[in-house]
Amino acid sequence: MQTFLEFEKPIAELEGKIEELRHLTDTGDINIAEEVSKLQAKVDRLLRQTYAKLAPAQKVQVARHPNRPHCMDYIEGLVEDFTPLAGDRGFAEDHAIIGGIGRFRGRSAMIIGQEKGHDTESRVRHNFGMAKPEGYRKAIRLMELAERFKLPVITLVDTAGAYPGVGAEERGQAEAIARSIDTCLKLRVPLVATVIGEGGSGGAIALAAADRVLMLEHAIYSVISPEGCASILWRTNTAAAEAAAALRLTAQDLKDLGVIDRVVAEPIGGAHRDRSEIMTAVGNAIEDSFDELRGLDGGALRMKRRDKFLEMGQKGLS
Amino acid sequence: MNWLTNFVRPKIRALYTKKDVPDNLWHKCPNCEAMIFHRDLEENLHVCQHCGFHMRLDADKRLKMLFDDDDFQVIELPKAPIDPLRFRDQKRYTDRLKEAQAKTGKSDAIRVAHGKMGGIGTVIAAFDFGFMGGSMGIAVGEGLLAAARLAVLQEAPLVVVPSSGGARMQEGILSLMQMPRSTIAVQMVKEAGLPYIVVLTDPTTGGVTASFAMLGDLHIAEKGAQIGFAGARVIEDTIRETLPEGFQRSEYLMEHGMVDMVVHRKDLRETLIRVLDLLSRPGPSAEIVTLPKQEPEAVVAPTEAESIEDLTAEPTVAVTSDTPGAQPHSGETLEPATPGDRPER
Repeated sequence: MQTFLEFEKPIAELEGKIEELRHLTDTGDINIAEEVSKLQAKVDRLLRQTYAKLAPAQKVQVARHPNRPHCMDYIEGLVEDFTPLAGDRGFAEDHAIIGGIGRFRGRSAMIIGQEKGHDTESRVRHNFGMAKPEGYRKAIRLMELAERFKLPVITLVDTAGAYPGVGAEERGQAEAIARSIDTCLKLRVPLVATVIGEGGSGGAIALAAADRVLMLEHAIYSVISPEGCASILWRTNTAAAEAAAALRLTAQDLKDLGVIDRVVAEPIGGAHRDRSEIMTAVGNAIEDSFDELRGLDGGALRMKRRDKFLEMGQKGLS
Repeated sequence: MNWLTNFVRPKIRALYTKKDVPDNLWHKCPNCEAMIFHRDLEENLHVCQHCGFHMRLDADKRLKMLFDDDDFQVIELPKAPIDPLRFRDQKRYTDRLKEAQAKTGKSDAIRVAHGKMGGIGTVIAAFDFGFMGGSMGIAVGEGLLAAARLAVLQEAPLVVVPSSGGARMQEGILSLMQMPRSTIAVQMVKEAGLPYIVVLTDPTTGGVTASFAMLGDLHIAEKGAQIGFAGARVIEDTIRETLPEGFQRSEYLMEHGMVDMVVHRKDLRETLIRVLDLLSRPGPSAEIVTLPKQEPEAVVAPTEAESIEDLTAEPTVAVTSDTPGAQPHSGETLEPATPGDRPER
């Protein structure tokens, strides 16, 4: 079932009409096919116009769209022989972070990412994509495993943030994230991160201190959620839209700031409207990034990755 | 309005307020509410003498407290780009920055200094919570990197004393990027084989905890400090229950294996010196060496003038010569002290 966002109302109405007309076709009216194609053209135009100039707050909604493809969709679409690996070897298996080995475009790779789930049951199972320390420690273990076998690492970032809970604090949520960043930066194999939906603060950077950081056109990546920022700085939740704009959390702004390396174009109307198209686009972008990194040995990779982060922040918005 | 309100009333008010005690002479303990005389407070390193509550210290007081008697120099930090996002909430970020600068007299929330601690050359980076909650933006990240580079250059240990609410929201994603950047600073120090010690003080939370502050070789926490990742309110909202007693306090973290020790502020300097000495001077302690014992054997057949020169050079050498590696500069002074090394004369 298609879910429409609030700003998509005119589109939803048109698509509803098309649906109605299609049902009428069954009754044998001839002009209806023409009418449908006309309406479809209108929908396409409207979608194109709407998505070409999404406000930051609207992008936040698209990035969190329930139908948006998530980590496991990309793994299914891009990785053959995916073999999930579980556990941090210390405490537990965290289903919020999926990890495993598989074949990406013919080459063995380690794939790690946050999974939000697609229905109530799976969302609860994956804790809505909010990882606990054991999740980050699993990621660390898998990155180190990848290094041992010289496998490139692909991370898929999609989380509202690391889980804020008593148990998570007790087991060292901060320490786990810090170590995960540390491990990313030390890695002697290529590491390509893609923000596919929501890049939520520390929980996101834990997997994204990478050689190349890619970001989907309508994904967001921020130090704090716009809602959180609004409640702290504006002292009201209703200012979330203003906060979203002030935080510069869109892929376009982040590219401008030099924080991400590449924006991956989404199908018109967002990634959820054409899954196979977005799979191909993301796959191509990741492959391109690995191609760019080919030939660099472990030490060079590490040094270049470090330099990239050291240079960050010198450039303001243009 | 008129002469009465504009002139007379302020005059009368002034008469009363003049009689008041200047408010900076007495401080109220935020914990037990006891009144503490400012001199007692200074003497007790801003710890309440009634209940032992550790009040927050600004960076300058912290540096002064840790280094040997004023034997330190604050370094100038690299200029960081100001307000790269042109951020504005209800106020402009640039205005907030200016306010904080006027209030504290500092350019940002971190101070970096080098000097001696118990005679050991040390670099310390201390946070100012008073400067926008000690939040970490580009300037703080640059400060930590500068501190790390200085430590590597001087082959000195690095001590970082965070007191911070986390990342500086007003710098958006660039504040988040200080997490990997500060992690790189830590890696530089560790790769140079130097000790990196974190002194966790009240409060250390958010992105600061989730990066350099939890990567120390040693974690020393001041008593009762709040240390954690997520804010207590956020957690309460998520789990919808009240939090356990002492949650996210130093003692609680030690119970859960996140810090090595919890230390009273009065013992902090001594503890740091002890661990720095143990880590960076692995050989027998310098003071144990007795000078005259080595002397007679070493002198083979120097001329009179040379032997006098050697004797005068000896004290500085003997202290350092038993700690090779830890004190790289000792090599320069060591050479002329051993007469056998100079056959040409």
